[in-house]
Amino acid sequence: MKRAAFGHIGFPILLLLPQLAIIAIFFYWPAAEAVRSSFYLQDPFGFGETYVGAENYTRLIGSTNYANALNFTVIFTILVTFFSLAIALLLAVKADKVIRGAKTYRTLLMWVYAIAPPVAGLIGVMLFDQSRGNITQLLGAFGYEYRLGVNYWDTASAMITVSVWKQIPVNFIFFLSGLQAIPRSVREAAMIDNRSGTSRFWDITFPLLAPTGFFLLIINITYSLFDTFGIVDTLVKGSPGNNPLTLVYRVYVDGFRGGDLGGSSAQSVVLMVLVLILTIVQFRFLERRIHYT
Amino acid sequence: MTFKTTLSLGLVAGLMAGGAAQAQTEIEFWHAMGGQLGETVNQLVADFNASQGDYVLTPVFKGTYEETLTAAIAAFRAGEQPNIVQVFDAGAATVIGAQGATIPVEQLLQDNGIEFNIEDYISGVRGFYADADGQMIGMPFNSSTPILYYNADALAAAGVEPPTTWEEFAEVTGPALLESGIAPLAQSHLPWIFTENFFSRHNLQFASNDNGYGGTDGTEIMVNHPAIRAHFQALADWQEAGLFNWYGTGWGDNQNPFEAGEVAMWLGSSGSFGGIADRVEFNFSATMLPYWESVTTEPTQTFIGGAALFAMSEFESEENAATAAFFDYLDSVDAQVMWHTETGYVPITTAAYAAAGEQGHYDAFPAAEVGIQQLQLPAGDHTRGYRMGFYVQIRDVMNREYSRILTGETTVEEAFEIIETEANDLLERFAQTQG
Repeated sequence: MKRAAFGHIGFPILLLLPQLAIIAIFFYWPAAEAVRSSFYLQDPFGFGETYVGAENYTRLIGSTNYANALNFTVIFTILVTFFSLAIALLLAVKADKVIRGAKTYRTLLMWVYAIAPPVAGLIGVMLFDQSRGNITQLLGAFGYEYRLGVNYWDTASAMITVSVWKQIPVNFIFFLSGLQAIPRSVREAAMIDNRSGTSRFWDITFPLLAPTGFFLLIINITYSLFDTFGIVDTLVKGSPGNNPLTLVYRVYVDGFRGGDLGGSSAQSVVLMVLVLILTIVQFRFLERRIHYT
Repeated sequence: MTFKTTLSLGLVAGLMAGGAAQAQTEIEFWHAMGGQLGETVNQLVADFNASQGDYVLTPVFKGTYEETLTAAIAAFRAGEQPNIVQVFDAGAATVIGAQGATIPVEQLLQDNGIEFNIEDYISGVRGFYADADGQMIGMPFNSSTPILYYNADALAAAGVEPPTTWEEFAEVTGPALLESGIAPLAQSHLPWIFTENFFSRHNLQFASNDNGYGGTDGTEIMVNHPAIRAHFQALADWQEAGLFNWYGTGWGDNQNPFEAGEVAMWLGSSGSFGGIADRVEFNFSATMLPYWESVTTEPTQTFIGGAALFAMSEFESEENAATAAFFDYLDSVDAQVMWHTETGYVPITTAAYAAAGEQGHYDAFPAAEVGIQQLQLPAGDHTRGYRMGFYVQIRDVMNREYSRILTGETTVEEAFEIIETEANDLLERFAQTQG
């Protein structure tokens, strides 16, 4: 219908070109390169390479360590996404009700967002440190010997806690603006119909927040999978040992730290496919249940 | 000042700087020495720059050892490599295997008319960064070896001497310290101290093909040896009995309890000396890495850890001359003594070792000499070190499995079988990349 807006087909293409070029150079080209090198074994310095077919992939299938990292990544992603969404929603609902000093209160809640992931990880290391950490000492007072870097699940819980803490502000901002976008008239009508705050929330507010929630769900899953890299790196102090590792951190450990470019390319291709499947599932099955106003 | 004057002043300053720089050759040096060590590196470089007028060396801190090597590899592939890069022990096979990426130090020095004699170097230093024929490829820089530090006050209170053998530790030193209310032992690097140097200290073969120096084809790790299995079983038993504490894979997590006076003895690097001397309040000293009398009665030397400097290739001859001049300066007695006394890393030449002794350094700090003495113990057939590819990942596998032993998730037998299988798989893959 709007076809007539452009006199010549060349003009829209010209306008799209910069964006297309950026996508091609920074997304498709590296992705294609990763797929290619996942079928080779390369000398790190680039002097020679051997074609090995699907060997880099078959190794992954047989590796229990890779399976462990995959399991941990799934658990990690579910927990981080759930807790950072749930806590942020709770805070947003409460902050929405505050009238006096609302701005200060909200600014303070958003503050953490400005912290870079490695710095957040560093703060985590200080809090959870084996000998000097405040949280370690607190747990010790309750009789629990918390050992970051020794006990697998102790390290995992530190990773999850720091990742959740770091992500809450983003979710908070979106939820709060989502809440404020709900028309006053709807809320007031609900108020007359139902006196219970909890059921008003689940019947009226929550469905109206669903588009924001869906968007945040995708953002948070991506965050847990990729952006927590800096936190994981700082908490394991650059040496993986027997610590829990996420898939993206393993790509780094094998490829960059270890110089195995073929093996790590295969891992990143697997990761790429997983994210692709996840996104398709989300849009096909979840988005249908959401109504945009 | 108006914008125009600022601009023209800036332009003039820029031109002048450019003019001055043209007379000198500028080269770059990427290293992984942070904190206090980084400042000593900067001092060393400043001394070199001040010592002559032809070359200007710029040091650049690139992060951890792994990050520095990765950065250099990426830079080399993009044609932007530094003239000199510091590569750590576990990365040696990668950088030496890539022939054409570096210029062997022996050849570099000889090409630039600088005399090179391998006999000038301390014996434990000569072989590690050399090729199969013994030609030195990398210039040993921060060289260290694992030694046993002890809290002299705590040992005196318990009425014991530092142990020479692990038997002595298990039967006498450990129980006495535990009795006196202090945790006896910790260590900071299981693959380096209790694996690589364990094999060297007992003169056991660590890998086929002459510990891997003979080439990548068919090199297999021989880590699954009864002696080391017994050692890790002993560690697990000691941990159970309270004789040994393990604080995870992080280096500092294990060193901190020693410095805090909670652990009486700690196995670390001879290069840790300077830092410990600055920080601890108690009297401390060091002794050589203990050995098992049941394995050998003639313990041998350990080899150097730490890192070496590599001259990267594809530069103009003037820049290579600058690199050679810096290496020559590094080998000088003054530079070596300064580096050794400031950091605790061992001097790499016998002349520098003698000079440090004459200055009374070891009378003041006997612990500073232990590493050098250990490197000069009798050599054996298998004490030169090791050359294995993808060794960073092999160490990761070791760390993972050792952690699992010490947290009770696996048995010693199973752990060593997994290490052997996974390490050999990695070695085979590395051989393929070299093909």
